[in-house]
Amino acid sequence: MSAVPTATPEAAAVAQPEARRRTGVAPGAGRNIVPTLFMLAFLVYFLMPLVWLLISSTKSLDDLFDSFGLWFRGFHLKENIQETFAKDGGVFWTWIRNTLMYSVISAGGAALLAAMGGYGFAKFDFRGKNALFWIVLGSVMVPQTALAIPTYLLFSKVGLNNNPLGFILPSLVSPFGIYLMRIYAESAVPTDLIEAARIDGAGEFYTFRKIAFRLLTPGFVTVLLFTFVSTWNNYFLPLVLFSDEKWYPLTVGLAQWNSQATASGGSTAAFNLVITGSLISVVPLIIAFVFMQRYWQSGLSAGSVKG
Amino acid sequence: MTEATVTSVAASTRRGRGRRKAGTHHGVKGFLFTAPFMVLFLGFFIAPLLYALYLSLFREQLVGGNAFVGLDNYKDGLSDPDFRSGVGRVALYMVVQVPIMLGLALVFALILDSAKVWFPRLFRVAFFMPYAVPTVIAALMWGYIYGRDFGPFADIADKLGTSPPNFLSEKLMLWSIANVATWTWTGYNMIIFYAALRAIPSELYEAAAVDGAGAVRIARYVKLPLLRPAILLCTIFSIIGSIQLFAEPQIFYAIAPQVIGKAYTPNLYVYNLAFSDQRLNYSAALSFLLGLIVFIFSILVMYMSRRQEETR
Repeated sequence: MSAVPTATPEAAAVAQPEARRRTGVAPGAGRNIVPTLFMLAFLVYFLMPLVWLLISSTKSLDDLFDSFGLWFRGFHLKENIQETFAKDGGVFWTWIRNTLMYSVISAGGAALLAAMGGYGFAKFDFRGKNALFWIVLGSVMVPQTALAIPTYLLFSKVGLNNNPLGFILPSLVSPFGIYLMRIYAESAVPTDLIEAARIDGAGEFYTFRKIAFRLLTPGFVTVLLFTFVSTWNNYFLPLVLFSDEKWYPLTVGLAQWNSQATASGGSTAAFNLVITGSLISVVPLIIAFVFMQRYWQSGLSAGSVKG
Repeated sequence: MTEATVTSVAASTRRGRGRRKAGTHHGVKGFLFTAPFMVLFLGFFIAPLLYALYLSLFREQLVGGNAFVGLDNYKDGLSDPDFRSGVGRVALYMVVQVPIMLGLALVFALILDSAKVWFPRLFRVAFFMPYAVPTVIAALMWGYIYGRDFGPFADIADKLGTSPPNFLSEKLMLWSIANVATWTWTGYNMIIFYAALRAIPSELYEAAAVDGAGAVRIARYVKLPLLRPAILLCTIFSIIGSIQLFAEPQIFYAIAPQVIGKAYTPNLYVYNLAFSDQRLNYSAALSFLLGLIVFIFSILVMYMSRRQEETR
């Protein structure tokens, strides 16, 4: 089974972050108005919903219904934020705290496991290595429902549903992280260096901790970011797992507020709070993205340049 | 798989690649490095999967309780009209949405790479930004934007004295969902393609430029063939994602329950079977069928890609 193409060490070398950044532009290249206009049109498309979200979260519920969606009417952002955090006894704080806890622990743990595992797959030979690796890779194709529902059933038998561990433990398993770190370790950690450490009498785990891990750091950060985002964005597993809203992450909580608002309908529904809550949960990630661009790009290229 | 075959596979790859590797006495240590991951993988991936497989072979019966029924659940699934229409719907969605999304991502990446536009950094960041928005929130947002109460489209149509298209009607729903996915994922795919383009050594097409090839010809004949692996990877991930469509229809159910219903996509159907109807055995069998469909499509794409490469 080969869901994700195997990578050769040469490909990974090409993909190494910043290794071959081109200098300057190709000769004869000039900026052109036609492609710029084309890109501007799509800029409007990609930014419009976010602009809508930003503007809408400054409106009171009545103004939401009455005013044009893409322009301001009144300024109720402060009130909306206060109401969002006050609703249902401040449960929104709990959801933020949960989401942060799930994402930070899962990301840190998954990246560490992937770094160790990828290093093990890249730099050692052991029985059944290839079979194991292919099973891990093939697992990418398993639909989330096929996993989430039996996970829920198993966990409710051992009391892990309505328990943060029930969400965190499965989130630590990142097959794509293992794949990425294997490619990365193959090119970033020279085997000679490991051999040299061995000759000097260093233990394998000492070598990993003190030498290899430093070289693996850019890959580690990439897996960290990916797992962070995928845990932050995860909806299905927590939806299935948690029936107690004190364990909800933001995604499940906001979806619940939305269906409540839609069900009650009209001007009593808290649409303004769903909208403001959405804005609050989107802003931190967008800021993080803008500042961590470099990692995204280098990491993505390491995973996908060659088949 | 027996131990003998596993070792022979490992041994043959070692020979085949001819790469210098650590001696076998380090092997156990290597396994220890992968062990923590493997333990969790077994516990939270393989175990639930095997449990689902086990469940799928049984049926809760009014008389006699839980009975082994072999592949009956699977047979029922294959002839279940709700499941089949859901699969048909996501297949149609996939055939339309994936090419549009990847085509746009590819065009954006090529344009950015050709350095022919102003503000390339702005475009790169802004197009990628929706990826930071959780699918659930993207669906909530677009749901409001499509709607008549808060949506700018409805406002504009009112001003013009017409009525806006009903984005959440039966006719348009699938494409409204496709738009949410396209909005969220195009930038992500663009960044993958762009990163792959940046990794191509520039000498490769500087030569073509010296020979008088324009940007479009260079893109078509030099860059595109080199992007093939990245395109294949993105295609497979997009296929997996579209067959598993869940969050968007589940969110839109709140605003358009009659259109979405209980079985709009196979995943939604499986979810409702398990949690509303308590038909766990049947839903387990359907999720396996769905996994099989994902697998078949992925293999098909890889096969076609290889065929195309051979005929070149």
